[in-house]
Amino acid sequence: MAGIPVPTGRAAESRRAPALIQGIRSGDTFAHLFTLLCAATILLVTVALVHQLYINSTLAQHKFGFRFLTGRSWDPVNGDFGALPFVYGTLVTSALALLVAVPLGVGAAIFLSELAPPRVSSVLTFVIELLAAVPSVIYGLLGIFILVPFLRQYGEPFLKRSLGFLPLFQGPMYGVGMSAGGLVLAIMVVPFIVSISREVLLAVPVEQREAALALGATKWESTWQVVVPFARIGIMASIFLALARALGETMAVTMVIGNDPRISSSLFAPGYSIAAVIANEFAEATGDLYLQALVELGLVLFALTIVINGLARIFIISTTKKGAGH
Amino acid sequence: MGWRNTWRKVVNYVMFSLTGICALITVSVLFFILGYLVWHGGSSLSWAFLTHLPTPVGESGGGMGNAIVGSAKLLLLASAFGIPIGFLGGVYLAEFGGQTFSFVVRYTADLLNGVPSIVVGIFAYTVVVLPMKHFSTFAGSLALAVMMIPIAVRSTEEALRTVPLMLREGALALGASKWRTIVSVVVPAARKGIVTGIILDIARVAGETAPLLFTALSNRFWSPGWNQPTASLPVMVYNYAISPYEDWHRQAWAAGLVLLTLVLVANVVARLSVSGRSAH
Amino acid sequence: MKKLTHLSLILLSVTLVLTTRLAFHSSPSSAAPLPAPDAIMLNGAGATFPYPIYSKWFSDYNKIHSDIQINYQSIGSGGGIRQLLSGTVDFGASDAPMNDQQLGQAKTKILHFPTVLGAVVPTYNISAVSQELNFTPAVLVDIYLGKITRWNDAEIAKFNKGVNLPAQDIVVVHRSDGSGTTYVWTDYLSKVSAEWQSKVGRNTSVNWPVGLGGKGNEGVTGLVKQTHGAIGYVELIYAVQNHIPYGRVRNAAGAFVKADLAGVTAAAAGYAKTMPEDFRVSITNAPGKAAYPICSFTYLLLPARIEDANKKKVIKDFLSWMLSDGQEEAEPLSYARLPKEVVGKELKQISQIQ
Repeated sequence: MAGIPVPTGRAAESRRAPALIQGIRSGDTFAHLFTLLCAATILLVTVALVHQLYINSTLAQHKFGFRFLTGRSWDPVNGDFGALPFVYGTLVTSALALLVAVPLGVGAAIFLSELAPPRVSSVLTFVIELLAAVPSVIYGLLGIFILVPFLRQYGEPFLKRSLGFLPLFQGPMYGVGMSAGGLVLAIMVVPFIVSISREVLLAVPVEQREAALALGATKWESTWQVVVPFARIGIMASIFLALARALGETMAVTMVIGNDPRISSSLFAPGYSIAAVIANEFAEATGDLYLQALVELGLVLFALTIVINGLARIFIISTTKKGAGH
Repeated sequence: MGWRNTWRKVVNYVMFSLTGICALITVSVLFFILGYLVWHGGSSLSWAFLTHLPTPVGESGGGMGNAIVGSAKLLLLASAFGIPIGFLGGVYLAEFGGQTFSFVVRYTADLLNGVPSIVVGIFAYTVVVLPMKHFSTFAGSLALAVMMIPIAVRSTEEALRTVPLMLREGALALGASKWRTIVSVVVPAARKGIVTGIILDIARVAGETAPLLFTALSNRFWSPGWNQPTASLPVMVYNYAISPYEDWHRQAWAAGLVLLTLVLVANVVARLSVSGRSAH
Repeated sequence: MKKLTHLSLILLSVTLVLTTRLAFHSSPSSAAPLPAPDAIMLNGAGATFPYPIYSKWFSDYNKIHSDIQINYQSIGSGGGIRQLLSGTVDFGASDAPMNDQQLGQAKTKILHFPTVLGAVVPTYNISAVSQELNFTPAVLVDIYLGKITRWNDAEIAKFNKGVNLPAQDIVVVHRSDGSGTTYVWTDYLSKVSAEWQSKVGRNTSVNWPVGLGGKGNEGVTGLVKQTHGAIGYVELIYAVQNHIPYGRVRNAAGAFVKADLAGVTAAAAGYAKTMPEDFRVSITNAPGKAAYPICSFTYLLLPARIEDANKKKVIKDFLSWMLSDGQEEAEPLSYARLPKEVVGKELKQISQIQ
């Protein structure tokens, strides 16, 4: 520090001392660095995760290349592994989940934002949001002991009787299978759709509603033809987030999907999802290729969720941009 | 035009009734879950169940004491890693962050948050279990910590952002350095939101099963220290639920009830304590 | 609300403190004493086939030696082999003996110690049928290949005259995890059917032509119990303990035999004297009129070299105990004891653990 003219006086001190030195003296630089390191840890962990997934699946990558994504057989005896049955199972159960959860969730959100009195709406939303906190394994427990017997005895026979001309509802009815997996997922993702959709619906300016009503629309017409379209991007975002959650769900699906890597046109048939096969077979995959094929499946799932999450964010960003523009 | 108006009124009534039914269905699911767990598991709850060890197949009187303690240990260690890192990361994003780096960190946190829990389990297995040659509480805690960090970061950042700029500027004007401001003014002002975030974070990972399957494995005995496999509530529920033994099914319901009660209580308490702040 | 948060935080910490205290103080009525500071803990994983008896053994051994805890997790034979090869467990367990390729992957020599003998039975859940069905090898193969799809198929009815078989779909159940029980089942099917051998083969995990997957013997039993029309293959004790019917299987001598201790012992008797040094043998489709055709030894897999002196002593002591007192507990749980000659050879093998 010698040689630098340091003016005296406290006010002068804080004005003229170089910022860095002042920073060090007051501990700010240290705090900045320390918190920066913690933030950087997140990057580090994510990079490490992707790295581990990548290097632990190189054998499988070299052997199969992109054929991995289209291969239909999962044969540990002959070392032939293909991801298609699992991708199929994951996508079908998620699609079924959305098919059930979106009407249910958006319907509930409309009720809660348009019709219910504010206090009732808050209380009910609170309860619905608690559903999101229920652990996955509890959903699985209820799935095994309530949903599956119900489907086997009443649900699937009913669907077969009424809609059995569709290949979707043919074949033997086990109770466990894609339908059970999809329904369990539906219950698990509904809270996300309700919560976010309700928020975006409430954010629609009241002028929009009033304008519609002033033009002679019924409340429903105003809601369905003005408010909901106004909020549709936010609702889309909630659907994508729900989808991302459904894709990665492990325990509840494992317990009810039937664990059979088969591509079948019937919803009654057992299937397998990526997360479920990893949970079942990871601890015991003998042989490097088998293990690495499972890790590669994990990589595929990871990539899928990145894409879906990315799309959801794009929707959210464009919603906020739009909102800012109004 | 009369019939058309009537038709529109009918549609109005019917559609809104349908939405009401949707809301009713969704809300009642939670009560159904709770009620069913209480009905099936409540009778198996006893002091013995909460404190005893599991017994061999076919013998009655088993309990889940080791699973409850195991879960507590896992969460304790996971929080010890995950919460400080997440909290300080959130502080960085809210107080210090530059434009691009913050964007990257936020994006990565959201990414990490979306990683399926089973994939996090694979990661912890390859990074901890294989080199250590041991299934352990430590490995399980690491997997849970990785899941806790992104949630802690985002909730801390959001809580800190609600603190008005005025408070910060006031402190700075009085001559406090930036870190003093954060420590003495900003964080205390946001503590309710931060604590809520932490409670929700812990409750979220308390129910996770998949990351523990091949990290902490499970244990029929008490797990000493941090280097041995340990039983945990979610894994016990899973193992017992898929077994064929009636006695184990009973215990699965009871354990599920314990787990769900703890998670829901934590959630209710945390959310109620900040309900005044939300815009509804 | 602030008070509520404080109150709940206090409650949470009290709960935490209480549970940690619980872990470090033994209570008189606790089901097992807590480990002394220098307790020895061993971790093993593997087959679900012998889980009922292993869980009894390790619990009883802990009652005798309260400072020794052997934690066994039934994750399937495939898992036992894998984790042993990775070195993450102290011992493995498998119904399928390790093949040469797997042994080659091990860092040290692996010793096989047969523990008990068990039977794999075809168990089923058919409406209004509580009698024992007769299964021929061909019928079992065709059911699992998906060729026979209904219970009232002529091929099944041929050997079950007098039983009112319904026109119900057969729901095939198999294992979804890597399983020694699967190995025994597919080993038998491969021996009796060239078609099965070429199409599917024998392994702990195979490419099943049809069926639902259950995790562990437990999972298969659970699925069969809950699904009408189901057929599954499980270890004998699982069918017995869960009161589900299981059928007779026709053995190599042409007799329909129901799985029981006598049948299993008869199957093993033929191989006792010709047992190979490393104990790796298949005893499915054994000759003899009384032999049950789908049996197997189940093995503990131990490294021949154990670094930790304490663990080595515990393992050797346990093995000796298992071969003497432990065998007494086998029959009540429907496992057959090891033949005398095999016990003698194993006692000698214990000394190979260095």
